[in-house]
Amino acid sequence: MNDQFIAHIGDNCRASCGRIYAIILRYVYLLRGSWPRMLEQAYWPTVQMIIWGFITQFFMTNSDWVAQATGVLLSAVLLWDVLFRAQLGVSVAFMEELFARNLGHLFASPLRPQELILALLSISLLRTLLGVGTAALLAIPLYHISIFDLGLPLIAFFTCLLVFGWSVGLVISSLLLRYGLGVESLAWASIFALAPISAIYYPVTVLPDWLQPAAWALPTSHVFEGMRKVLFDGVFDWTLLLNAVGLNVFYLLLGSWIFYRTFQAARRRGLLLQMGE
Amino acid sequence: MTAAAIKVEQLSKHYGAVEALAGIDFTVPRGSVCGLLGANGAGKTTTIAILLGLLTPSSGRVHILGEDFLAHRYRVLPRMNFSSPYVDLPQRLTIEENLDVYARLYGVRQRRQRLAELFESLDLQAFRRRAYATLSAGQKTRVALAKALVNEPDLLLLDEPTASLDPDTADRMRRYLKNYQAATGASILFASHNMAEVERICDQVLIMRAGRIVDRDAPAALIARHGRANLEEVFLDVVRNTGRHARSEEVSRHE
Repeated sequence: MNDQFIAHIGDNCRASCGRIYAIILRYVYLLRGSWPRMLEQAYWPTVQMIIWGFITQFFMTNSDWVAQATGVLLSAVLLWDVLFRAQLGVSVAFMEELFARNLGHLFASPLRPQELILALLSISLLRTLLGVGTAALLAIPLYHISIFDLGLPLIAFFTCLLVFGWSVGLVISSLLLRYGLGVESLAWASIFALAPISAIYYPVTVLPDWLQPAAWALPTSHVFEGMRKVLFDGVFDWTLLLNAVGLNVFYLLLGSWIFYRTFQAARRRGLLLQMGE
Repeated sequence: MTAAAIKVEQLSKHYGAVEALAGIDFTVPRGSVCGLLGANGAGKTTTIAILLGLLTPSSGRVHILGEDFLAHRYRVLPRMNFSSPYVDLPQRLTIEENLDVYARLYGVRQRRQRLAELFESLDLQAFRRRAYATLSAGQKTRVALAKALVNEPDLLLLDEPTASLDPDTADRMRRYLKNYQAATGASILFASHNMAEVERICDQVLIMRAGRIVDRDAPAALIARHGRANLEEVFLDVVRNTGRHARSEEVSRHE
């Protein structure tokens, strides 16, 4: 009985992984078949990196403060792009299903909503690595600045921003599922609403007192403060990391719950067959 | 005893005050082809969407291939498939890529072999490496049918499967479906506005009007009972509530 149960669970897991892989493959096929899409992944991170690289060079020759931490602005830009790309990786992939009017086919197949979510997160990771990785590597020969000098903390920062990007992406995908492509612009613009209170280029203390709690409620502020501590003081602040991880767990669960609830509502309202351009 | 392919009881769907389905009952026996007819807005697509798990009903029971579909749809979905003009496939993927993705989603074991069979039998070999977006409407319909058959389903739900096909291709598709059904014993629910097609291919017909099933029988029996020459005339009587159908409704109202 136990063996049968374990075999059944094993079969289900294998089938589930197969379905997740099928959806990942669907986006890989899309990327592979279109060089402009491939280029687009790396285009904006590289443009950002070039602009902020020159600004950094200017500051390094004109400001003692910035000179203390070579590459702080560039690191901030690249890490911010991790968040932006991760969010786009989820919401744009979902939007592509709406453009293709493919949701009906997907959800009438054995694919479960949570499997679609896992596939979207996986493809987001791939797109983020492709985009930001290219820019980060180009920064080394161009400005002799390597974000990889952050060492192991970089992995922690990258992961925290990636996961928060996923959470925002899931909320945007839920809005797309509920309101259709009318809210398409949110996919591109919404993350910038969080930028001023994410302490990307300046510490949280720069913000007015009343706004600081909002900043500390985002994992991004903890990540960027942590990044500055590493670059300025050479210290990795575990408290900041733990705060970011805790907040990320909360936001990821919230994002997944909102997506799941919206999916159930879409099934009640008959939206899965009507979605399209 | 083998359970019916589809057994629907008291199925209803409301959108606020709008009644899209008003407590319909029907059974599709295993191995049969059942036509679902009705004017636009009669409730055909709503019915099919519920049978696919894309729409939750307001009330009622649905059993598919012996399973309680509303409670355990993921047990049955791998054994079903569908095609509908309301959904499409990713435009930029090639035919082969599209079918490969769906074969994986449905857990098809011999993928390459199955795709090769479909390319051959649905005459898609020449397009397999072309992007879906570049195909004509008729070619897209054939690809949609290939996707619907990729997992060799026991139950096939087809919403206007031969729309936009030329008569020759449509005829070949019908023969293909009939052969598939005969070879596999699959059951097919077939929504169409092409009455001649329904008359030829279906064992049983359900006619819907305003969210209700207002008539049902074998095509020949319907034609005989309504005293008409073909199914199209029967359909017009039923949806317009004229002819013998109107008289029988009048009688049942007075009873």
